[in-house]
Amino acid sequence: MNFKLKVWRQKGPNVAGQFVDYEARDIPADASFLEMLDIVNEGLIKRNEDQIAFDSDCREGICGMCSLVINGIAHGPGKAKTSCQLYMRRFKDGDTIWVEPFRAITFPVVRDLCTNRSALDRMIEAGGYITARTGSAPEANSIPIGKVVADLAMEAAACIGCGACVAACPNSSAMLFVSAKVSHLGLLPQGQPERTSRVVSMVRKMDELGFGNCTNHYECEAVCPSEISASFISRLNRDYARAATRQAAVLV
Amino acid sequence: MATTLDAKIPTGPLEEKWQKHKNESKLVSPANKRKLDVIVVGSGLAGGSAAATLGELGYNVRCFCYQDSPRRAHSIAAQGGINAAKNYQNDGDSVYRLFYDTIKGGDFRSREGNVYRLAEVSVNIIDQCVAQGVPFAREYGGLLANRSFGGAQVSRTFYARGQTGQQLLLGAYQALSRQIAAGSVKMYPRTEMLELVVVEGQAKGIITRDLLTGKIQAHAGDTVVLASGGYGNAFYLSTNAKGCNVTAAYRAYKRGAFFANPCYTQIHPTCIPVAGSYQSKLTLMSESLRNDGRVWVPKQKGDKRPPDQIPEAERDYYLERKYPSYGNLAPRDIASRAAKEACDTGRGVGPGGLGVYLDFADAIKRFGEKTIRERYGNLFDMYHNITGENAYKAPMRIYPAVHYTMGGLWVDYNLMSNLPGLHVLGEANFSDHGANRLGASALMQGLADGYFVIPYTLGNYLATQMGKKVSVDRPEFKAAEQETRARIERFLSIRGKRTVADFHRELGLLLWEKCGMARDAAGLKEALQRIPELRQEFWEDVNVLGGGEEFNQALEYAGRVADFLEFAELMCLDALERDESCGGHFRVEYQTEDGEALRNDDDFCHVAAWQYAGPDSRPIRNVEPLIFENVKLAQRSYK
Amino acid sequence: MPAVTVSPVPARRFSPNPLVAFYQSSIGKKWVVALTGIVLIVYVLGHLAGNLQIYLGQDRINNYAEFLHNLGPLLWLIRLFLLACFVIHIVATIQLTIQNRQAKPQKYAVPGYQASTPASRTMIVSGLIVLCFVIYHLLQFTLELTHPGYRHLHDSLGRHDVYHMMIIAFRHLFISLFYVLGLFLLCTHLSHGFASVTQTLGINNRKIARVISAGGVTLAWLVFLGYVSIPLTILLGLVR
Ligand SMILES: Cc1cc2nc3c(=O)[nH]c(=O)nc-3n(C[C@H](O)[C@H](O)[C@H](O)COP(=O)(O)OP(=O)(O)OC[C@H]3O[C@@H](n4cnc5c(N)ncnc54)[C@H](O)[C@@H]3O)c2cc1C
Ligand code: HEM
Ligand code: HEM
Ligand code: SF4
Ligand code: F3S
Ligand code: FES
Repeated sequence: MNFKLKVWRQKGPNVAGQFVDYEARDIPADASFLEMLDIVNEGLIKRNEDQIAFDSDCREGICGMCSLVINGIAHGPGKAKTSCQLYMRRFKDGDTIWVEPFRAITFPVVRDLCTNRSALDRMIEAGGYITARTGSAPEANSIPIGKVVADLAMEAAACIGCGACVAACPNSSAMLFVSAKVSHLGLLPQGQPERTSRVVSMVRKMDELGFGNCTNHYECEAVCPSEISASFISRLNRDYARAATRQAAVLV
Repeated sequence: MATTLDAKIPTGPLEEKWQKHKNESKLVSPANKRKLDVIVVGSGLAGGSAAATLGELGYNVRCFCYQDSPRRAHSIAAQGGINAAKNYQNDGDSVYRLFYDTIKGGDFRSREGNVYRLAEVSVNIIDQCVAQGVPFAREYGGLLANRSFGGAQVSRTFYARGQTGQQLLLGAYQALSRQIAAGSVKMYPRTEMLELVVVEGQAKGIITRDLLTGKIQAHAGDTVVLASGGYGNAFYLSTNAKGCNVTAAYRAYKRGAFFANPCYTQIHPTCIPVAGSYQSKLTLMSESLRNDGRVWVPKQKGDKRPPDQIPEAERDYYLERKYPSYGNLAPRDIASRAAKEACDTGRGVGPGGLGVYLDFADAIKRFGEKTIRERYGNLFDMYHNITGENAYKAPMRIYPAVHYTMGGLWVDYNLMSNLPGLHVLGEANFSDHGANRLGASALMQGLADGYFVIPYTLGNYLATQMGKKVSVDRPEFKAAEQETRARIERFLSIRGKRTVADFHRELGLLLWEKCGMARDAAGLKEALQRIPELRQEFWEDVNVLGGGEEFNQALEYAGRVADFLEFAELMCLDALERDESCGGHFRVEYQTEDGEALRNDDDFCHVAAWQYAGPDSRPIRNVEPLIFENVKLAQRSYK
Repeated sequence: MPAVTVSPVPARRFSPNPLVAFYQSSIGKKWVVALTGIVLIVYVLGHLAGNLQIYLGQDRINNYAEFLHNLGPLLWLIRLFLLACFVIHIVATIQLTIQNRQAKPQKYAVPGYQASTPASRTMIVSGLIVLCFVIYHLLQFTLELTHPGYRHLHDSLGRHDVYHMMIIAFRHLFISLFYVLGLFLLCTHLSHGFASVTQTLGINNRKIARVISAGGVTLAWLVFLGYVSIPLTILLGLVR
């Protein structure tokens, strides 16, 4: 298959970038999108041109490293997949494909299609954990957790931290990411002691970092490779108000 | 001069060794911990859990990983589960049984003391992870669920959907994040370790490259903890993440740490077959699929009929036939080799005849599609996405692929290498799996090392290091930094014609053919001839563009492949020297009549720990004898 | 193609007072928008019910207006409350919108929207036009500044003749068209707003999400049809 690519090239964080046209020729339909870029890159190197920088690691949809916006869609067309799991058979021969980095003020471009997403780590550091000192844990089966709750927590915990939600959100809001972590930990009995402080600190950090506000566009849910449901955002809104009233009540 | 290594296993009965060792280990006072700098390379299960725990204990930790976030370490990809001897299913499991299964699974090439400790702390791992909020699968009553996994007859595997590694890693990552916020751990993402610094015979620091800016930096510490994962990517195609590398471990080797059993690589039986030369990696289908799927090939050679038109009588369920008691759950090395054999006899299926069927038709009939969907839905989806085929309707096609490396840097019972001050955890060390790793036990080992072993044993070394801080101004650091820079310059100045990937592919194919699932002396010798040539071609003809002081992925890759090109030789050498078959190391010359691995316990019941002897000299093969006091060496049988 | 540089992330400050901090937070502000939104919705629905009495004849609607005016201080309380909600809603949404634009300094070259709607993406536009509409509407019907003549309309019982005021007003094509436009934008605003409120207040969940969003859109169109019927029927001479 052959494709016309329009790829965002940008040398570094503080220099201007632009779209550059490339031809991707003789691409097997079974190749993944990243393998297609590999092929293009090998061609570039042979012509002594700088390869297109893009992030990837596991290439099986779990590490959250790959981060392309393909034809305006974070992780490209199709439900519940990362860029690395997108296969070229999904495109038509001769298609023109636009490839861009994740865009958000909180994700500055590092080079070409790579961005710096460490803001996501900052939010976890702000409270996205359960304090469990190593070695002091009680016997695992001492607190039974109903399957329904455990499954729901797992569903929220499945977030791979790719940041596509932020990239897709017209407001660059990180609500889906934050809601997933807050819900995962907040649903479990082990997460209760820090439930109030966690949600307040994580939301505070999210705001301080400069993510936008959620206005319920649901783009995030649509592109999320882990199919994190936007109903976790609803839960987060609820949890946050609950926490805020508790904190206010303490003050009175 | 070859030496015999002492693993410093505590004396006494197996069950008491670890407790005894803990009681006797040296402690570091809280006030002193603050003064000690610990460098942790790697943020996977092993490195992440170690950094978090050591930070919590009060050490000054610096943690490094090459990904943009510690959460993305390759451990994230583990699907199947983690073993622990909880005996929640009341099916007769015990610490001893897990110990025994692991020793036997490793084909009697691991240390009793270490493995027993591993089985012992496995229990604490589950407690710890549940307390952190790892959402393990549960039964309706709210208790933890288990499943069975290859190489075991009990259900002792804990899992979180098909994302166990991810959830365990997130638990460790979150614990690590807590320490980062508390200031006890400083995290360096997108930072690659390129050199180990040895000062007066002790590992005292590392040289890193900031992958974003290209800045080379020296870090001095009181000890270095290496948890940089496995080297399966030497084969180019493997189930490992693209960035997995041998660089950190290999650099340590070149600075004096011994590399043990490099030839022990694990080939995983259930991967999606290779589709073409453009392919950049192989995808594993969790082994848990073997719980319900049945493996078969047509009885007839070259049978090109679609699977549903091949009647029952003309199918060969070879695992069930050859290993009636374990059947489809036979250990990985056995299942992999059986698949290779089937294909070698011309009965392979799919394009190129490199594949066997993994069939769920019976399971779907028995439990209904809904149950199968619940159990493996995401795997079926993944399979569909990659191959475009629907496994609910037609059987999956699978083929073995390189997956895990049992070899690694040699460590003693304290997880310290022969190079004092260098500790090695997780897949990067050689320790607990012998010649073959059982499913769901790498996660167990990584977390055991990080949460429950190193926090105790590190004190033994650090207690001797008070007041011996070194600074990065020492000539050793300057020299290492200089070498690192020079190497980078060299890559960038070649400007040859071939791409790095091109070399990597060629090396990988060579290793797969000569040092893969089945090896023989002739093939290994050929490889040993070809690898140095290839290496030379690399240094003359590789094309690495861009500069050193910028984000340069080509340069990163070149560094990794350059190390693979040297390391591959060590692998082949080790494989050649080990004149026996054991676990993942199958030398065709040594097999029983029915094609099973034939060990040579008289001559090879030992660890081979290779010592670097200079650029043009053959490395020295040191041995650590393996002493079995509690189990009887037996021919592994899974029949 | 536009050059892109990393613009500094604007710093956000938070008050030590939890109530103020609540408003300063993204979610807190959203709660305020949603709660004021509900008040405005209730008003819009109530006002619709009131206005539809035009179809019951002059007596009924004039009577209704008279009743409202006779509420006296209570009326002023309600008006003040409404005004406050309106202002807060507007201030908060403008702040949100500014922050959101700052968070996404560069859009994608080809838009690849998957789930959002034009309505959801243009809330600020529809809102501001509704604001213009309401201002004009107040000048027209309540303050009666644009058409001072309305003040002198009284029915046979001496009540302010709201009935005829509306009829005179909507006989003007342009006034009617402006109303249709304003009401349409209110409709798009509400087609996102109705469902949005449930999400913001944390009552939405995946089981009801579809029903809620479809219900919200339906309700918005019903409001539109209800309101718009008045100028249209008058313009077409069905009500006179
Ligand atoms: C697809 C797949 C499925 C698996 N499934 C299972 C399973 O079900 N059960 C099981 O028990 N095991 C499983 N395994 C094996 C298991 O996942 C790994 O062995 C284990 O996670 C390794 O953990 P680790 O911490 O040692 O290394 P890793 O998780 O690989 O971490 C390595 C770390 O080192 C860092 N690093 C590497 N090199 C450098 C460098 N030069 N400089 C700086 N940092 C560096 C990396 O950034 C990373 O943080 C699976 C493996 C694969 C590939
Ligand atoms: C009668 C008048 C109005 C009604 C009934 C109304 C109603 C609503 C409702 C219900 C929401 C959804 C809140 C949520 O998502 O939780 C909303 C959102 C919004 N409103 Fe209004 N609104 C009105 C007027 C205005 C005006 C005048 C503006 C102009 C600035 C405005 C701007 C917005 C914006 C930008 C949003 C999106 C913010 C968000 O979803 O968080 N609205 N409105
Ligand atoms: C066809 C549509 C509408 C008609 C015919 C209509 C009619 C009227 C009339 C007759 C009054 C004056 C009542 C009186 O003073 O006795 C009024 C007041 C008002 N209308 Fe409307 N209206 C319409 C739509 C709207 C809409 C869509 C809004 C809001 C978004 C709105 C908001 C108001 C407000 C705020 C007042 C002032 C209430 C008060 O006096 O306190 N109207 N309307
Ligand atoms: S919520 Fe989904 S899109 Fe967002 S980071 Fe997690 S996995 Fe990625
Ligand atoms: S797309 Fe954005 S607006 Fe909210 S629902 Fe998702 S975060
Ligand atoms: S590369 Fe890991 S998710 Fe795509």
